[in-house]
Amino acid sequence: MNKLSSLFINPVLNKEIKLRFRSFKSFLGILFYLAVCAAVCLAFIWIEGHNRNGFTANDSRTLFMLLSIGQMGLIAFITPGLTAGAISGERERQTLNILLTTQQSSMSIVISKLFSSLAFLVLMLVASLPLYSLVFLYGGVSPKMVLITFGLHLLTMLMIGSLGVMFSTIIRKTMVATITTYGVMLFFVVGTGFLYIFLGEIMYNLNQNPASTNQRWLPYISLMLNPGIVLFNSFEAGGLDYALQRMGITWPIWKGFTLSYIGISIFALFVSIMRLRPRMRSKKVKKKAS
Amino acid sequence: MIEITNLTKRYGSFTALNDLNLTIEKGTVFGFVGPNGAGKSTTFSILATLLAPTSGTAYVNGYDVTKSPNEVRKHIGYMPDFFGVYDQFKVHEYLDFYGASYGVPSKERKAIIPQLLELVNLTDKRDAYVDYLSRGMKQRLCLARSLIHDPEVLILDEPASGLDPRARVEMRGILQELKNMEKTILISSHILPELSEMCDYLGVIEHGNLIASGNVNHIENQLQAQKVLQVSVKNDVEQAVSFFEDDPNVQQIDRDKKDELLIHVSYDGSDDEQIELLKKAVTQGIPILSFTQKQSNLEDIFMEITKGGE
Ligand SMILES: Nc1ncnc2c1ncn2[C@@H]1O[C@H](COP(=O)(O)OP(=O)(O)O)[C@@H](O)[C@H]1O
Ligand SMILES: [Mg+2]
Repeated sequence: MNKLSSLFINPVLNKEIKLRFRSFKSFLGILFYLAVCAAVCLAFIWIEGHNRNGFTANDSRTLFMLLSIGQMGLIAFITPGLTAGAISGERERQTLNILLTTQQSSMSIVISKLFSSLAFLVLMLVASLPLYSLVFLYGGVSPKMVLITFGLHLLTMLMIGSLGVMFSTIIRKTMVATITTYGVMLFFVVGTGFLYIFLGEIMYNLNQNPASTNQRWLPYISLMLNPGIVLFNSFEAGGLDYALQRMGITWPIWKGFTLSYIGISIFALFVSIMRLRPRMRSKKVKKKAS
Repeated sequence: MIEITNLTKRYGSFTALNDLNLTIEKGTVFGFVGPNGAGKSTTFSILATLLAPTSGTAYVNGYDVTKSPNEVRKHIGYMPDFFGVYDQFKVHEYLDFYGASYGVPSKERKAIIPQLLELVNLTDKRDAYVDYLSRGMKQRLCLARSLIHDPEVLILDEPASGLDPRARVEMRGILQELKNMEKTILISSHILPELSEMCDYLGVIEHGNLIASGNVNHIENQLQAQKVLQVSVKNDVEQAVSFFEDDPNVQQIDRDKKDELLIHVSYDGSDDEQIELLKKAVTQGIPILSFTQKQSNLEDIFMEITKGGE
């Protein structure tokens, strides 16, 4: 209990939040972001409102999709930059050594670093939630829909962020860690889409008989790893039905997404925790033949 | 109390630290001297649980650095040779952060921080941003930081390097105070004079090997000697020792650790004086079996670590 709470209330997290939010610039950033979102919404409403049929529930739905896809893109492109310097940045500033000689556990350092790096982005997302109420005003989107979208956003952020922290731990240079994280992010956001098309084609063309299940899972997995596709599927319930039917898999894609993203995050954080400090497992020292 | 046994660190095929053996008693100040790249920081990093040794063991207050690193961290205050600061912190926030990270309760931190600032003469900088401190001040702040959890053992890696002479004197004064507080202090430098006045014991390290260690006078004599004469006798080593002791050019005499009939004479005389010495020894009937001159390998090192400056 005490141990668990110390993961969330600890000096490292405290320090990070304090230093990050101390500068006025952070708040200007959030303000700017909200202003842009609001401008997009108002412009959209204004343009659609001057149509023949005015701003309908359908338009409101489109606006919502636009916003959430925009935010997903934002998350995908900002998270690597925010997290890939979490550990390597301290190493480069030569503050990591001292931190590692304190009583802070590797786990609390890694988790604090992840949370504090993402805190700003989360704050941005939360601050933009009221914008969604604009959308409610015109109907077409349920509160549940908004929550699901928010959840998908958070999961994506967690997964990419954990990978960022992992690369930041195992790679010495922030620059290299950042590039690597962006590369992996692109694989998830773009690569899995192409992989699906590629694997799907091979599967349908070469193997018409539906017996081999292994091959059918591969395109499914590449679909479920793609946050864009999963987001899209949550807007258009049943939008992927045809594709899934062809693969003969009925397991809801959001479940696969949630499980795999949580799994990848746990794995990445585990690697970071193990690699933060030198491995001290005392090996059996081989006696030299004298 | 620090006990190091057969400690070795290799990077691939390169040996940064070779079979180091060292015991540092509680309350002593031990200076680690050696040129750059000798392996001082490597040793200190291992003791600070930041680096895993290739082989050998190191104990701090009875805790194995590889098996109970967490306990070791509680007992040591570590100051790295190069370090950075979180520049947006103010001085007292900086100390408070590390105090919290060491698990010092908030109330105790409030009490100890002013004392530490007093100790390192930074009281008037309490509310200054860490970033604006001079190098000497940062160095002192880092020293204060390493004391925040009141550790018994201090591991200070070149705390005076890069400081101007005045700041050095100031640093030395602080270390003297710490010594009076009965801390066990392990301190390194690549400059011998920087350490010799404040250390009880010195170890000289080069290329990962501890080539000399002992109390300060002993080391200085050994280092200053031009050469070392290895003398082995057939019997009565005491007579030989007292004979050589009487010669004014002899700095000191070390008995060999393994061979009790072998002595190492640190000698400062000229070649002619050395010939006379041998003649005299033979006429006085000292049963000398062999008399060889070993060029002191300490000489070059001595030049290097005493030339001062950077
Ligand atoms: N990570 C590393 N990889 C390879 N060699 C290293 C590494 N760290 C230190 N060394 C080498 O080990 C030797 C000892 O270094 P160090 O302990 O820092 O010396 P000192 O502190 O006495 O100046 C040096 O020759 C250095 O180049
Ligand atoms: Mg060094």
